[in-house]
Amino acid sequence: MKVEQISIFIENKSGRLAEVCGILGQAGVNIRALSLADTSDFGILRLIVKDSEKALKVLREHNFTVSKTEVIGVEVPDSPGGLSTILQILDRNNVNVEYMYAFVERSGDNAVIIFRFDDVDEAITALSKNGVNILKSEMITSI
Amino acid sequence: MDRSVRIWNKADECQSREQILALQLNRLQQTLNLVANKVPCYQAKFKESGFKPQDLQRLEDLHHLPFTTKEDLRLNYPYGMFAVPMRDVVRIHSSSGTTGKPTVVGYTKEDITTWTELVARFMTAAGVTEEDIVHIAFGYGLFTGAFGLHYGSEAIGASVIPISGGNTDKQLMIMQDYRSSALVCTPSYGLTLADRMEKQGIDPASLALRVGLFGAEPWSEQMRVELEQRLGIMATDNYGLSEIMGPGVAGECRFKSGMHLAEDHFYAEIIDPDTGEVLPAGAVGELVLTSLTKQAFPMIRYRTRDISRLTYETCECGRTLARMEKTRGRTDDMLIIKGVNVFPTQIEEVLFQIEGCEPHYQLIVDRINNMDSLEVQVEVNERIFFDEMKQQRQFVVEAEKRLATVLGVSAKIKLVEPSTIQRHEGKAVRVIDRRQQ
Repeated sequence: MKVEQISIFIENKSGRLAEVCGILGQAGVNIRALSLADTSDFGILRLIVKDSEKALKVLREHNFTVSKTEVIGVEVPDSPGGLSTILQILDRNNVNVEYMYAFVERSGDNAVIIFRFDDVDEAITALSKNGVNILKSEMITSI
Repeated sequence: MDRSVRIWNKADECQSREQILALQLNRLQQTLNLVANKVPCYQAKFKESGFKPQDLQRLEDLHHLPFTTKEDLRLNYPYGMFAVPMRDVVRIHSSSGTTGKPTVVGYTKEDITTWTELVARFMTAAGVTEEDIVHIAFGYGLFTGAFGLHYGSEAIGASVIPISGGNTDKQLMIMQDYRSSALVCTPSYGLTLADRMEKQGIDPASLALRVGLFGAEPWSEQMRVELEQRLGIMATDNYGLSEIMGPGVAGECRFKSGMHLAEDHFYAEIIDPDTGEVLPAGAVGELVLTSLTKQAFPMIRYRTRDISRLTYETCECGRTLARMEKTRGRTDDMLIIKGVNVFPTQIEEVLFQIEGCEPHYQLIVDRINNMDSLEVQVEVNERIFFDEMKQQRQFVVEAEKRLATVLGVSAKIKLVEPSTIQRHEGKAVRVIDRRQQ
């Protein structure tokens, strides 16, 4: 159920994002989803890639500071109120969303949203119980 | 006395206070005569002060002579301060010269012998014996560090691996395969090695490493704890500077309670860096050194710019020579920010108290709208990198709060990517002050 996400520390200066993407591209690592949180000084780039071990290895070799985090990918009905329903389920079960971002591709008729929760296992239980489809790791990287 | 205490030269290192003072006076008179005859820069200083070598009746009389500074060495670049003809010089070394021209120093054969002896003393004090395999990761070259430790190790009879600086992966391979037991490098490089070991999953207990001899930059007690824990060694400090001789001026014994200063070869004073006044024993101030036995490059009252303190009680190990406290920083590094004295080492200690933070940092001092500002750039490593912005920001806020408490001035922390802070010959460049530019 859980998906491995890699995070990269980047300084907020021009060309850094391009460099990360360049390194991954040369290593043949395909980026499936991407989100950037930033402040005036630095940013945290989060990526879902097909081969995260390889991505971690090449980025470390290029002196980037990286980490791995577990997130989950959730199918969200691509219609008004789709996301709201899911957030309400989480709220009722006291699960907090640390951050979330949308996946580029769709899964059938649904949108895919990547979530990072304070309690991943609790979130999985709550969502599954309410019939929300959580995508398997292989499915996400092969969309 | 503990049987495991070894002393390289008991007769010289454990002599009585009276003997030391008598020896110093005798050697100081010889040195003053030497420079008054041979070195124009000192001839000018004698003339200027009206003091003559024969006026020296007591050691304290030395304060009649002016200080020698790095500027004197620059003005006499390259060989102007040498007291012997070049045919007697067997070695040239040079300081790193981070700003402007480097300073050049020379050694006669006998100077090299003295240097070897003094390094053997502190290496023995740190516990190095003929059984050790000494891994010298200082750069071999114009910098004095590597050669000094190399000669000392050979004199002791230890096996030297002259690996030199850089190529961390290779250093670790050799450390594992050749069973290095004593590590010689800068303390910041020691931490780089520890980081790489962690990354590669090398357990320090699997290595033969047992003692570290760190020098060439000031480092804190916290850094000692971290080096000892992460490398599984006893970490000792030693002190020297190329203008005086290189490593071997002072070094710690295994009691780690101050560095034993080779007073039979150097006369040490502590002065107020602002007024130049000589301070009483036990006071904190700038260390000023006079060489007592050097032939090629004698130095009279050289301002080291290092802040320290001297004490004269006999150490637990039995050595009677003065002990020099770990340097607290340099007068050149001392920053006056909004009227408050700030030393980079203070900042280092704060960074250490924050879990996992290693000292790859740099201070940027600037004046913005007529107000001093201090920015501390810290290289992010995996232990202080959080995937969540909230935690990452919290780390910064926490560090800024602690810095403000310790320093008494506010500082901004800026996280930067690894390996972006400039390093110079293995020494980290700690301070960039843009106010004078």
